[in-house]
Amino acid sequence: MSTQVTTGLQVRKSVELTIDDKKVTAPEGSTLLDACRASGKEIPTLCFGDTITPKNACRVCMVELEGSRTLVPSCSRKVEAGMVVKTDTERTSHSRKLVLELLGSSVDLSLTKNVSKWNDNYDAKPSRFGAPSYHHGKRDEAVTGHHHQPDGKTAETVHQPVKIDNALYVRDYSKCILCYQCVDACGEQWQNTFAITTAGRGFDARISTEFAVDLTDSACVYCGNCIQVCPTGALMFTSEYEMREAGTWREEEQTQTDTICPYCGVGCSLTLHVQDNTIVKVTSPSDHSVTHGNLCIKGRFGFQHVQNTKPE
Amino acid sequence: MDLKIASGSANTEERQAVDSLLGAPTETSQGAQRDEMGMRVSTGGESLRKLRHLLLPTLHSVNDRVGYISRGAINYISQRLDIAPAEIYGVATFYALFDTKERPARQVHVCVDLACRAASGCTEETLPEGAIPSPCLGTCERAPSVLVIETGVNVRQEVLAPATKTQIAELVAGKSAPVEQPIALAAPQTPDKSLVLLSRIGNTDPLSINDYISNNGFTALRKAFAIGAEQVIAEVTASGLVGRGGAAFPTGRKWAAVASQPVKTRYLICNADESEPGTFKDRVLLEGDPFALVEAMTIAAFATGSQHGYIYLRGEYPRALKNLTNAIEVARNKKYLGDNILDSGFNFDITIFRGAGAYICGEETAIFNSIEGYRGEPRNKPPFPVEVGLFGKPTTVNNVETLFNVLPIINNSGEKYASWGSTGSKGKKLFCVSGAVNKPGVYEVTFGITLRQLIDLAGGLKPGSTIQAVLLGGAAGGFVGPQDLDLELTLEAARTAGTTLGSGVVMVLDQSVNMLDQLQRIAAFFRDESCGQCVPCRVGTVRQQEALARLVNSEKAGDTAIDLQLLRDLGQVMRDASICGLGQTAHNAIDSAITRLKVFSA
Repeated sequence: MSTQVTTGLQVRKSVELTIDDKKVTAPEGSTLLDACRASGKEIPTLCFGDTITPKNACRVCMVELEGSRTLVPSCSRKVEAGMVVKTDTERTSHSRKLVLELLGSSVDLSLTKNVSKWNDNYDAKPSRFGAPSYHHGKRDEAVTGHHHQPDGKTAETVHQPVKIDNALYVRDYSKCILCYQCVDACGEQWQNTFAITTAGRGFDARISTEFAVDLTDSACVYCGNCIQVCPTGALMFTSEYEMREAGTWREEEQTQTDTICPYCGVGCSLTLHVQDNTIVKVTSPSDHSVTHGNLCIKGRFGFQHVQNTKPE
Repeated sequence: MDLKIASGSANTEERQAVDSLLGAPTETSQGAQRDEMGMRVSTGGESLRKLRHLLLPTLHSVNDRVGYISRGAINYISQRLDIAPAEIYGVATFYALFDTKERPARQVHVCVDLACRAASGCTEETLPEGAIPSPCLGTCERAPSVLVIETGVNVRQEVLAPATKTQIAELVAGKSAPVEQPIALAAPQTPDKSLVLLSRIGNTDPLSINDYISNNGFTALRKAFAIGAEQVIAEVTASGLVGRGGAAFPTGRKWAAVASQPVKTRYLICNADESEPGTFKDRVLLEGDPFALVEAMTIAAFATGSQHGYIYLRGEYPRALKNLTNAIEVARNKKYLGDNILDSGFNFDITIFRGAGAYICGEETAIFNSIEGYRGEPRNKPPFPVEVGLFGKPTTVNNVETLFNVLPIINNSGEKYASWGSTGSKGKKLFCVSGAVNKPGVYEVTFGITLRQLIDLAGGLKPGSTIQAVLLGGAAGGFVGPQDLDLELTLEAARTAGTTLGSGVVMVLDQSVNMLDQLQRIAAFFRDESCGQCVPCRVGTVRQQEALARLVNSEKAGDTAIDLQLLRDLGQVMRDASICGLGQTAHNAIDSAITRLKVFSA
């Protein structure tokens, strides 16, 4: 059964489906995640970002769909009339728990929002796969289709040294869950620069420039739109990184001020993150119609002049 | 696109390799010489980007010529195809047959997969120095097997199987492999014209179209044109044919779905990326009867209204590549391909697309990405390929053996074909029998014989062998034990028994085989072959391998239960939440060894 609802000037059909035994309607073309959240269900997401087409790679948002052999990713599965969806079953809980454990045991999720809450909710214990191994580290050298046979005494991780090769931002791929958002933001979905890619295969898959060259040798234009979409803190302003290293990063004390970028006539919205009366990083609202969270190098990183004072 | 090309330029060889495929560059932005005015022109962006499907063939061309993909080569390809260097690097590093570091021109790939390690004990660790361990090379009937690739102006690929350790060392040292043994030896029932799928193997020259024609060739195609596309689909539907790649989807339903699409540009893909460990049936068909594939694909394309076909052939099948290339060329010259085939008004042509060492590219949507010049990562379904497939168009993807079955269906009738087999499994089936039998090879049977009968057909067990286990369906399949020999080899009986026929692998492992080693190899295989896109498979296959290693090396009995539980948990999340069939089946064989063979119960 379908009815029509009017949203703004567009007429969008709506479809009726069942979520956890309750009939709900959702606009045609929306996703199960939209529909579930609209009806108050809490579904964890990791690789999902609000400005990028979902890659549905993390598989933490899986729900049960009647008639489907496997669970389905709610972030990208579109609603259809008559769907019967369950968001909280033994299978969905198991999958979320295991995905949290698999990521938690292989990736540094210390800066990923909500993870400790979800670990509690789903009884996820990443440590049950064994002590993490940090010895490898040379992930850029991996040979596709080959690996060292593990002895099982430790759990392999994606640990590798932080890449610091430019003055503006750092890349700490030990924190990378491979959500693909930075690649998509750099590439065809936003920036069209294609400086980074997913290289290698399987557990050795990693975000990389060509031949893992430094960013300064790559096509990177330092728009920082990859930092904007990174959900795990793997990509970070140098200013933030250095303050965190020094132990002076205090997010709870920071204020956020929205303003308009002063450089050109486009009029991008900026959100200035300020600590101790100093700008420590710049973001842009992802729901803003001008930027969708995207900026250029000037808006993103060119804030130093604001706090320069005249020499005495 | 505004490309930023860093340091490193292609040398003459690399440029020649690229230009041999793409033609000489015409614009300075692509590396052409400046004209006499010294002008730089660039007009090709949009048209170049339509050539992205040439990326993998171009990488092959460079790899064939110089043995690896250098920075300079990537930069030059980047200019020629207007693809960013990073993206090309991402694609090149996806495939195991490519390397982005300089390496010797001669690469000796030694199979260390299930059948070969069972036969020779050859593992990753015990290979002669300089040899490269390889996943299943698809010549399990004469394990252990070696593939030599010597790159250069005329790239050479040789298969040697069976290979002794001394021979492997000699190959590494540069010696040539002897001429590969005749194709028909891989199908011990042949030559026998009464066979249905293998009728031409061993008695028809695979390089001669005249020989093919005089052995019943192109009769089905003529009949198909006579009865019309709708009737062809009706016959295939009536035959009860289901896909032979492992998923067993009804072929008629797939074709009808494509034929009913409103979009008229449609593609047909023959999935010849046969990489499931233990599987080699498609190789025998491709090598021994390539014209039949051309005929069957033309019928499938005619039925589904497709204008172009691709054969996605795994990169490790040199003889199949040679014979197929010849068949397509000859068929085109004789007007069996191209415009107005047999005066029917139907136009169709076929392109061979070489894989480059990625099991995942046998997944139907990963094939699309691979052909389109992207990393061979599976796509999310829906939309299904029959609606949105290759280049976004409706696409039929059929396995080689599935397509071969179309010929007897059309030559006889759907009804006749359906009279063969059991209630739930119609027609003829090829099984790849390897391991501890006297005559390993591809066997054509009518659905319904038992595992015991099939082993007898393959000459029975080797002297002194007793069955420890039989692997059905490959690494993605499952083990059965000696108590299961009366299992009827039908889809329904396998399902009832909690196992699968998969791609038709029947690997007989005798008492001499180290089962724990086999299980560890299966775990390693899935870890290596996972594309890395989704978490359950990318990390799950690693955790599965680690847990297995602990179980195998376990000294403390108490931990066994914990690790077995861990494996069950991993199996469930991979099955429930992986994007594609690789992750969903990556625990099957290990699970069957634990539950059915009780490998870890003292």
